[in-house]
Amino acid sequence: MKSGLRRFLIRVGRNWALLFLILMLTYFSIFGLGFFSLKNYQNILVASTTTLMLAAGETFVIITGGIDLSVGYVMGAATVIAALVMRDLYNSGVSESLSILLGCLAGLFSGIIPGSINGFLIARLKVPPFIATLGMFGVAHGAGLILSGGFPVVNLPPSLGFIGNGYIFYYLPEKGFSFLQRPEMERTEVRNLVGIIPIPAVIAAIVLIIFGFILAQTRFGQHTYAIGGNVDAALRAGISVSRHLMIIYIISSMFAALGGVLYVLRFTTGSSLAGEARMLDSIAAVVIGGASLFGGTGNLKGTVIGTLIIATLETGLVILGVQPFYQFFAVGIIIIIAVLIDQFFPEMIYEDES
Amino acid sequence: MESPTPILEVINLTKRFGGLVAVDRVNMQVFPGEVVGLLGDNGAGKSTLVKMISGVYQPDEGQILFQGKELKLSNPMEALKLGIETIYQDLALAENLNVYANIFLGREKVKKVLGFINVLDRNYMLEESRRVLKQLDIEIPSLRNKIQKLSGGQRQAVAISRSIYWNAKFLIMDEPTAALGVAEQQKVLALVRTLKAQGVPVIIISHQLHDVFSVADRLVVMRRGRKVGERLTRETTPDEIVGLIVGSIRE
Repeated sequence: MKSGLRRFLIRVGRNWALLFLILMLTYFSIFGLGFFSLKNYQNILVASTTTLMLAAGETFVIITGGIDLSVGYVMGAATVIAALVMRDLYNSGVSESLSILLGCLAGLFSGIIPGSINGFLIARLKVPPFIATLGMFGVAHGAGLILSGGFPVVNLPPSLGFIGNGYIFYYLPEKGFSFLQRPEMERTEVRNLVGIIPIPAVIAAIVLIIFGFILAQTRFGQHTYAIGGNVDAALRAGISVSRHLMIIYIISSMFAALGGVLYVLRFTTGSSLAGEARMLDSIAAVVIGGASLFGGTGNLKGTVIGTLIIATLETGLVILGVQPFYQFFAVGIIIIIAVLIDQFFPEMIYEDES
Repeated sequence: MESPTPILEVINLTKRFGGLVAVDRVNMQVFPGEVVGLLGDNGAGKSTLVKMISGVYQPDEGQILFQGKELKLSNPMEALKLGIETIYQDLALAENLNVYANIFLGREKVKKVLGFINVLDRNYMLEESRRVLKQLDIEIPSLRNKIQKLSGGQRQAVAISRSIYWNAKFLIMDEPTAALGVAEQQKVLALVRTLKAQGVPVIIISHQLHDVFSVADRLVVMRRGRKVGERLTRETTPDEIVGLIVGSIRE
């Protein structure tokens, strides 16, 4: 094969997920009525933040060669904890903004507990990740149900939804742009209001950029890849593998908990089932993004692309009027293709990078 | 050619596994810049002997002196810290990382960005790796290549450069040529000669008599846990060594 053609094919192979995403966006934009709009694109982005948070943490875990099955219910339990704290503080007379802030922090830091337990079981007691996190899957599910009594937690502070459903900029044709706050307007004008850059997407982007940087540019990231590539080599190089794995599983759970906090901010409710449907999507997103379940490869950019593929597919198929059942079908096929590409064309992925 | 003080000396070293005496009162010395070939049939105790030197096993009796001081190693990391490096057959490299990342694995060089963020200093690691490979006359097409893409001999070379870069004072090579093709074997042997020329003492275990004869200064033969012979390479023949290995020649 000519080297130019070969290089081209390698480039296509390495970026197939991104190309696929672009093709899909183009197709839906042309053929899906109403797909091509700022509003719809922003909706896709906001809708994918949950999967994105679960998948980001999962990426770290999968690179080390592990798996975290508990993220969906850890997220659910975090929504319940955040919502309960907000509700009870607010009802006992604490100010609205403080109740919301403390609720968010409680939800976020609740992720430390399942993460530490997963990490301890896996790193110190050598329980296989699949089993340890399957146990936590059940425990977190149960904890969420027990804390909430099996019902969604409602009656939260009234202005809660403003952050989760807010935008950085608003545009109203007659009044121009405004920053963070909706302009004053008549009821009839509301339909003309355009929100630009949704807040949950901004929060997700900031966190992803920080952790993407950690994974790609720091010693911590390098050790994460080394553990996934050859744990004996990592040990022999003096890397404290069990401490590192503890941190990895805490990162995973805290990402899940952050996903939970964002959920509460958007839907103004807490539910132990909030992340249930997204758990397998998150693993799928990581795999579509180029990570191998054997460990050692993957990155957050790929995971973001993988997540967006799933979210775009869901929205696009709905807009095209395809029965939602076919979504599962389509996502399943894409996962299989992703794994086959990883299996049969490893050189596409392993070609030298810096 | 032997200078008076050995860099490594083992005295009456003994290791038992249950009723089996794997290594039985072995005495041996290695001098600076010397390559010692350790020979013997399977189960003769060669690997057990070097594993005591590298801290994997703890001796039941006897002493190990390294640079004149007695060694009490409880794990391999302690040996590594003292500069006693073992190059294993199943090389301890992360195949998903590139050459320089492996050379610096666990000891990555970082630089500060914005005054407080530690970021991998890839250029520094690349240049330093290039320097050590050059010093050892090793050619690897690109140091950005993942280990996965390298041949067995190149991997061996990376593992050796890694230990040299981190100031290995003593190298133990356990069957370094076993899994390699002929041309690759020659490269690894050339590398051993380079190490010797630079004054790094090496113990090399190998079944390939030809290899050992081509690099070692001195040969130590073990049989059933005991040292049964020691010869200067230039004063012996493969036939004599085989005789010692199988027990047809006795001292």
